[in-house]
Amino acid sequence: MHITIDEEKCVGAGQCVLAAAEVFDQREEDGVVVLLDADPPEEQHAAARDAVAVCPAAAIAVRE
Amino acid sequence: MTSPSSVVVVGASAAGLSVAETLRREGFDGRVTLIGEEDCPPYDRPPLSKQILSGAWPEERVWLRDDVRISGLDLDLRLGVAAVTVDPAERIVMLADGSRVAYDEMVIATGVRARRLPGTEGLAGVHTLRTLSDARALREALAAKPRLVVVGAGFLGTEAAAVAREAGAEVTLVSDIEAPLSDVLGPEVGELLIRMHAEHGVKIITGVMVREVLTSGGRAAGVRLADGRVVEADAVLVSIGSIPNVEWLAGSGIEIGNGVLCDEYCQAGPGVWAAGDVASWIHPTLAERLRIEHRTNAGEQGMAVARNILSRGNPAPFAPVPYIWSDQYDRKIQIYGLPRGCDRFAVTEGSLAERRLIALYGQNDLVRAAVGINMVRPVRAARALVATPTPWDSVDLTRQGVTA
Repeated sequence: MHITIDEEKCVGAGQCVLAAAEVFDQREEDGVVVLLDADPPEEQHAAARDAVAVCPAAAIAVRE
Repeated sequence: MTSPSSVVVVGASAAGLSVAETLRREGFDGRVTLIGEEDCPPYDRPPLSKQILSGAWPEERVWLRDDVRISGLDLDLRLGVAAVTVDPAERIVMLADGSRVAYDEMVIATGVRARRLPGTEGLAGVHTLRTLSDARALREALAAKPRLVVVGAGFLGTEAAAVAREAGAEVTLVSDIEAPLSDVLGPEVGELLIRMHAEHGVKIITGVMVREVLTSGGRAAGVRLADGRVVEADAVLVSIGSIPNVEWLAGSGIEIGNGVLCDEYCQAGPGVWAAGDVASWIHPTLAERLRIEHRTNAGEQGMAVARNILSRGNPAPFAPVPYIWSDQYDRKIQIYGLPRGCDRFAVTEGSLAERRLIALYGQNDLVRAAVGINMVRPVRAARALVATPTPWDSVDLTRQGVTA
């Protein structure tokens, strides 16, 4: 799995962090997503897919 | 309970797409029919009142998924055609083009449409803002830097007022409530928003209804208020809420009211579910009937419905912590929970004066909502006070700036 993010689309909702805190964080100043692990291990894949699904800005994509 | 072999999703926006994607992600390999009235792929609506209205983004930035991902879902995709009736006993949806689609499970995700002022349908210069074509029309009107009256000071009206002002329009914001968003966020944040919009040059008239749209030469020329005042304008944006798209279900036996009336599993009857703006369901922990017209809920509820459809008779109640955000000028307002109707308010970090704060809202001695303005990470932390029932008195409200 490879994750890409679109910082310009990100609205700072933090839904990705709530879904997959090992994979995503937010910048302190504006809440824009920080990708902690673009190629997460297997056990994070389901959580990362949840993050894609709950992102309210369609700012996360995964390639598998 | 056996798994269904076909699912029809009526409505191809955020909620409908979420249903379809989740079904596939959970391994459903039956037929998924996605029906959309608009003749374009699923797109995102929050940017319509922001980057699309301002012109900051090209329109294709609003597509929720690219062509490759949509085709990867292997959908029976019916775009540009509305569902017109359904027979839930026979489990068949009839479409406007005369076709009939049988289903085992149907998800109603037909959303809402903009409420209009009576008598303004089709009147040149009167805008609503719900669809991509609405946003395009208003953006084109803003190019002339018009005098714009925005009727309604909810999320949509305040965001559009901010964008229009930054685009050089002369903006008057008219609302029957006492301050922008004060019905949701209370008088303190409402006052903050009045000052913020006023500093950006928006003229604000609150506490008065619009009686009528005035016309001249077949075009909107302004509005007359209930107190007789007239605001002249070249364009009028009507942002006074929305109406659930449920008329097509009339006579079907599916229970409708303020939306599609569902249980706590988002189910409205055998083989019938609803998700997104149109879905009214009973929130199991808040113990009240809700219908949430916000983007985050659409995705979450679509996901929950898809999983319940595949649950083999063991559905899970849908119990989200509602989340809303709004971008106005350089401020980001984020809301967890339901601040409307709360009787307690306390700023726990930052301050109203700085326009950078965390505020808690309470009702019945419980924390009911956490609101952040330009404090993105702290408000996510404050979400925990809403996600788990938290007594108001147990929260440390002793920091500077408390106004409770």
